[in-house]
Amino acid sequence: MRYLPLSADDRTQMLGAIGAASVEDLFRDVPPDVLKGAVFDLPDHQGELAVERAFTAFAAKNLSPARAPTFLGAGAYCHHIPAAVDALIQRGEFLTSYTPYQPEISQGTLQALFEFQTQVCLLTGREVSNASMYDAATACAEAALMATRVTRRKKVLISGGVHPHYADVIITQTGFTDIVCERLSPDPLGIEDLMGRIAPDLACVVVQTPGFFGRLSDFTALAAQCRGLGVLLVVAVSEPVSLGALKPPGEMGADIVVVDGSSLGMPLSFGGPGVGLFASREKYVRNMPGRLVGETVDVDGRRGWVLTLSTREQHIRREKATSNICTNSGLCALAFSIHVAMLGESGLVKLAQVNHKAAAALFRRLAAVKGAKPLSGSFFNEFAVMLDRPAAPVVEALAAKGVLAGVPVSRFYPQFPEMENLLLVAATETNSDADMDALVAALTEVLR
Amino acid sequence: MTEVHVSPSAPVGTVSGNRGLTVEEPLLFEQGSADGSGVDFPKPRDVPGCLDGFARTGRIGLPCLAEPQVVRHYTRLSQKNYSIDAGFYPLGSCTMKYNPRLNEKLARITGLGDLHPFQPTSTVQGALEAMHVLAAWLMELTGMAGVAMSPAAGAHGELCGVMAIRAAQEAKGNPRKIILVPESAHGTNPATAALCGYAAVAIPATAEGRVDIAALKEKLSDDVAGIMLTNPNTCGLFERDVREIAALVHAAGAFFYMDGANFNALIGRVKIADLGVDAMHINLHKTFSTPHGGGGPGAGPTVLSPALAPFAPLPFVRKGKDGFELVETRAQAGAEAHPFGRMKGFHGQFGVILRALGYAMSLGKDGLRQTSGDAVLNANYLLSSLKDVLSAPFEGPCMHEALFDDGFLKDTGVATLDIAKALIDEGYHPMTMYFPLVVHGALLMEPTESESKQTLDDFIATIRALAAKAKAGEEDFFHAAPRLTPRRRLDETLAARKPVLRWTPPAVE
Amino acid sequence: MAQLYFSDEHEWISVEGGIGTVGITNYAQEQLGDVVFVDLPEVGAPINKGDDVAVVESVKAASEVYSPVSGEIAEINEELADAPGLVNQNAEGDGWFYKITLSDVAELDDLMSREDYDAYVEGLE
Repeated sequence: MRYLPLSADDRTQMLGAIGAASVEDLFRDVPPDVLKGAVFDLPDHQGELAVERAFTAFAAKNLSPARAPTFLGAGAYCHHIPAAVDALIQRGEFLTSYTPYQPEISQGTLQALFEFQTQVCLLTGREVSNASMYDAATACAEAALMATRVTRRKKVLISGGVHPHYADVIITQTGFTDIVCERLSPDPLGIEDLMGRIAPDLACVVVQTPGFFGRLSDFTALAAQCRGLGVLLVVAVSEPVSLGALKPPGEMGADIVVVDGSSLGMPLSFGGPGVGLFASREKYVRNMPGRLVGETVDVDGRRGWVLTLSTREQHIRREKATSNICTNSGLCALAFSIHVAMLGESGLVKLAQVNHKAAAALFRRLAAVKGAKPLSGSFFNEFAVMLDRPAAPVVEALAAKGVLAGVPVSRFYPQFPEMENLLLVAATETNSDADMDALVAALTEVLR
Repeated sequence: MTEVHVSPSAPVGTVSGNRGLTVEEPLLFEQGSADGSGVDFPKPRDVPGCLDGFARTGRIGLPCLAEPQVVRHYTRLSQKNYSIDAGFYPLGSCTMKYNPRLNEKLARITGLGDLHPFQPTSTVQGALEAMHVLAAWLMELTGMAGVAMSPAAGAHGELCGVMAIRAAQEAKGNPRKIILVPESAHGTNPATAALCGYAAVAIPATAEGRVDIAALKEKLSDDVAGIMLTNPNTCGLFERDVREIAALVHAAGAFFYMDGANFNALIGRVKIADLGVDAMHINLHKTFSTPHGGGGPGAGPTVLSPALAPFAPLPFVRKGKDGFELVETRAQAGAEAHPFGRMKGFHGQFGVILRALGYAMSLGKDGLRQTSGDAVLNANYLLSSLKDVLSAPFEGPCMHEALFDDGFLKDTGVATLDIAKALIDEGYHPMTMYFPLVVHGALLMEPTESESKQTLDDFIATIRALAAKAKAGEEDFFHAAPRLTPRRRLDETLAARKPVLRWTPPAVE
Repeated sequence: MAQLYFSDEHEWISVEGGIGTVGITNYAQEQLGDVVFVDLPEVGAPINKGDDVAVVESVKAASEVYSPVSGEIAEINEELADAPGLVNQNAEGDGWFYKITLSDVAELDDLMSREDYDAYVEGLE
């Protein structure tokens, strides 16, 4: 077995040194009938080639977005990842290192995370970022919990423009506490009244831009309303590329900003692993969840980095910790950071423009398809299209033609019949004119 | 902008501050320029946009670097990290085993690594099958009735298990108030109980390092919703009375959550269902060899007993008559399932699940059995080779980790931390220190099955020499360690008193 | 200076004109090591004896501070925000945590004198 270095001879020698008759003897504290009764109906070990073939067979049953014009979004976007990103994160010193609790031999990870935190602050417009959360959905839940700690209030309001998975996770994670969540109905037209709902008993309101239906919002006025009543404003962003073009949430007055970072650096990988970015105001830093890297000096006076303010965390604070999070998304944060470093200011701005203009071009083309009506309003790289029939079967029919056309809203909101005809369509730098031709032709045919 | 931060006091002996292969590297923000990029794009399409009123007006402030600069930056950073590829991590409780490269290749196959989470399920049947196959492996390896695949890490899996317990108690009419947690537990256990609205009540350990059954009996009541018990426990010992504990807990109408952090000691040998367990998370980034990545990503699938399985969270994969279904909503789940909600965006850590499946298929049931055997053998070899020079608080045999306390350092002026820092200079990652809390100055060593006898013998010789040095009164030697690392001991007090958590541009004069 | 009273949770209090000044003992700061942060209560907060009113943090530990008496928070030591090291330098003086308007002076009778506290600490070692 190729991963196990001990030889039979080693084992004999080691058992001799221990004074045990056999390896089984070392398991003598386990009830013998449990050991004896354990029969596993599983195959024996296999070589690399056999395993690789099994995986190739799994892959053959899927339609890869690399082989189909793809316009899928709904919180996960197809982007090109520069080759250097994957090459760098596969360096063993990053890939196979532990959490940097021993700073003297972890300066690489620590410096990279400090740079990541700085990038997140710049992108979101807030002063403090942690070293990453699992994903945006769990980060939203952590934001809601943090808001209840900061304000000592127990009510959370969730906008209908928030990704339904984020809303679901907030509700699940607060569901077993005394926190009360109010979730507004899905809001594809952007007509919900949030201002009127901001009340002095609210801990926070959670909003999103671009919203789940693609709409852009400026929450500056909402932020002012919140501030007046002591309510925290949590702004979620599911497409970090948009931050290259749009006003950052921090500038609008968001108190906590949560971003799904997986558009940058990470392959889609069926939705995971990803990375949640989490930024907040300096004054709330001790209420933040997750790890933080800080600058300091060593005994020789040289600049270095350490994990800091750890007394917030579970391994020290136990039941009074700000979160139970331990392992998070370190390597994904690194991939995000390397991708952002590769892009730089001008690259990210350009990438955002290319994305926006791709979506703008697609919007015009779909508006001309009979039976399809893109919803008007400002958007970044995704918008909703009202079809003249249920969207899910249309998407299936298009998939059968080799086009991954978009995401039917009914997948998330089966209980809302008025959402049945709604389709979310995204376009990115990966979409060629030929891709758009294929989508328009196939959709025209299916809607005929 | 490329000032190298070297203090005149730094004993580096070079003009640049660099030392051979270890090169000083400024922050990204201290290099680069105001334009240029490491990525090239085509021109944006010539159509009107619609960002009016929403567009960013100021600069972001990101530095611009070309690809070679970025590659060199991160290569230099990587060279300041210890890693399992390069050396031994006897890190108790963390199972730092070798991460097979095959798994990295598998996770990147076109048609797996690039799938979008919201493709029609008809176009991702192979992905759903792979998730289903790993789920079947986990259920067979544990003997459990169900498994929630979406938790993103160990602590997230714990949350899943305790939420399922709470949902099951609520279904019986009363959520109850308390989760019992042994003193020796990981900090995530009480933190998780608190997140689910439970008070964590500690159970003491006996003098031999196991749960005190008498104390447990005293604490059990109608208010107890469940117990969270790590087994093998964090002292490296198997809880011999585990079935009695399960029976007592069940008799009180409570559930038994087993923390699976130490499952590497049992895999392929023990079906935890036979111990009376109701829920256990499995750290795929420990037991199933997926890389730790400097702090994640991991995955924490959580196996569930028949009593808890109906409450498993959304989404889950189900085999239907027309292939695999992805159940994402309560409406789809049907009447027999009562999912307590959703824990994560999308469908879980698919990329980690693929790697873990590659590992399981590579080792098979015979290899996994050998894995736990070698892991336990290696730990006992460390225990028996070191117990005459260190101090072992509990009688062996241990399971897959060996625990020592700081008794051997009494009156030397050397602390557990100093031994750890001296080990760094010797080329080893330190063992886990000061955990578990139930022994003084703990040193917890977990060698894993990945280490050869030669590695262990070298490590043993090093520890023996360091212990002798400490006992010989060479206090100053230890206090000054490490000396040979890119940075020496760092001032954590300064970092916490005056937190600097991001780079800011130097003030303009 | 007024007399100091001590609790078995290692807080001290001195009282002048119905106002108590509370901090942690020198022994407690030695046990904690370098103090990096003190989380203090809000002025005006009503406190019962034994409430966890503050948290004192070192790099690797966080400890609750329990109020030795009941009353209302009258003032907090703002200097600790910028200089938590005051707790290490002068725990039983400049490193005080908060002042409290006592609601029941008789509660002081439950506390220890300096002598009793020193003996109590000796017993812990």
